[in-house]
Amino acid sequence: MSHFKINYFQYSSNSILISWPNSIDKYTLKDVLLFKYSIEKKIKPLVEVISAYCSLLVIYDFTIDNIYSCISALKVCYNKKNNFLLKKNYVWKIPVCYEDQFAIDINLIMNYSKLSKNEIINTHKNNDYLVYFMGFIPNFMYLGGLDKKIHFKRKSIPSQKVAKGSVAIGGSQTGIYPLDSPGGWNVIGNSPIKLAGIDNWRIPISPGDYIRFFSIDSKEHKKILNSNIDYCIEREVIDD
Amino acid sequence: MIKVLKSGLFSNLQDTGRAGVQSYGVPISGPMDKFSFDLLNKILNNSPNSSALEITMTGPLLEFYKNTHICITGADISPKLNNIRIENNKIIKVKPNDRLSFGTLVNGLRAYLGVLGGFKSNLTYNSSSMCFGVTKHVRLVKNDTLDYQEHDLPLKEQFKFDLIVNKDSDHLKVYKGPEYDLLNDRSKKMLLSNAFSLSNTFNRMAIQLNEKLYNQINPIITSPVLPGTIQLTPNGTLIVLMRDCQTTGGYPRILQLDERSINTISQYKKDSSFYFSSII
Repeated sequence: MSHFKINYFQYSSNSILISWPNSIDKYTLKDVLLFKYSIEKKIKPLVEVISAYCSLLVIYDFTIDNIYSCISALKVCYNKKNNFLLKKNYVWKIPVCYEDQFAIDINLIMNYSKLSKNEIINTHKNNDYLVYFMGFIPNFMYLGGLDKKIHFKRKSIPSQKVAKGSVAIGGSQTGIYPLDSPGGWNVIGNSPIKLAGIDNWRIPISPGDYIRFFSIDSKEHKKILNSNIDYCIEREVIDD
Repeated sequence: MIKVLKSGLFSNLQDTGRAGVQSYGVPISGPMDKFSFDLLNKILNNSPNSSALEITMTGPLLEFYKNTHICITGADISPKLNNIRIENNKIIKVKPNDRLSFGTLVNGLRAYLGVLGGFKSNLTYNSSSMCFGVTKHVRLVKNDTLDYQEHDLPLKEQFKFDLIVNKDSDHLKVYKGPEYDLLNDRSKKMLLSNAFSLSNTFNRMAIQLNEKLYNQINPIITSPVLPGTIQLTPNGTLIVLMRDCQTTGGYPRILQLDERSINTISQYKKDSSFYFSSII
């Protein structure tokens, strides 16, 4: 079992921040998630445990009186955590239409990278992206694993409105905008599937899962978008 | 039912918010000044999570269609019922066709209007709090209606609440943030001795301050944040995250406001100046 140097810090009157050494990688994420599940099982009463790349925020449902006893309980929890708590992970296959009407910023990446439109799209598709956590806006997934060839800087002036479903590249990251929102990433396609947080909907995808994009034409895009039934995202179990 | 005849600057419905779904990227929300919100439901003898209207700076013009009792707490925006001045922190009986209006802002920034039993509303993630990206509506607009249970009870003798306002303090209590220790001594000293003030960029997500602080800290790997977290941007701007803030952020978190100080700062206006005082 890997061993990390972990730091505990009282963040507010009822929360403790747990930090791993600065790194964005799947081994750290696995350790973060395993610790999160272990805390959720063993420590009470909690409001929630929020995870990010290499940190957890444990929010208690009480005001912390004795920080040392809270931290020592967390340490026990960390040392006793075991792999049985890890959830089953999936690769989720997300349809994306990369046609010109949606790929509104792809020219910027073509000029910079000297890659053709097809090369950019194929590089983006032929890859599995690790879901690290959700943040920014409801159900927005922070994805890791974008090929260096298509890394491209964020816009210096963010767009006022990036359309719902936009699949975009920002620096070394890629993601899907769940709803119309201001944003600085470069849009290369659009996914018609429902990802918005409005009306209680929670994304079925969890941190530790992977996303794989596949391309659809605008006709299929329209069909999925206008369907009354929620699109059922195809998934495969990952054997780790 | 209440009908909105004029919307005012920014009025929105709030209950205690959405604790527990931040892992999905959903903001916590809830009233900016939780102290005044809690006081409101106490005065009305409502359950603590009853939803109320948060009114910012200039009030709406509202017409009532059912009997109930109302109360207003927080900022004093010169409320009037049928053109007669009413006081904050008192239960007032209203009947059909009564009109509630607001005037000059006397003190504070945000007022809370409640009715007996709270307003009825659809719940999103178990809360009626309006929030961008979460609920369809983020503020009240003209002709909107808000429903509530009719009550035609006589007014009882009223409690006297001494702790009426979250006393205007110009000292905000802070804890050290996770990246505080990365600041140099000069910046630390400036933070805890200089006066700071609110810029004109403030909303339910965040408040930007006018004064800058030299920043030698690199951005961090995106990590959780909470309402009350004070971030330092690369150009030295200080940002105080508020109730509708994102769940994670990439700027160094140098201070964390004490819960009561979050309430206090949410009643500050543009250019209000204040000091940070360290708890530890």
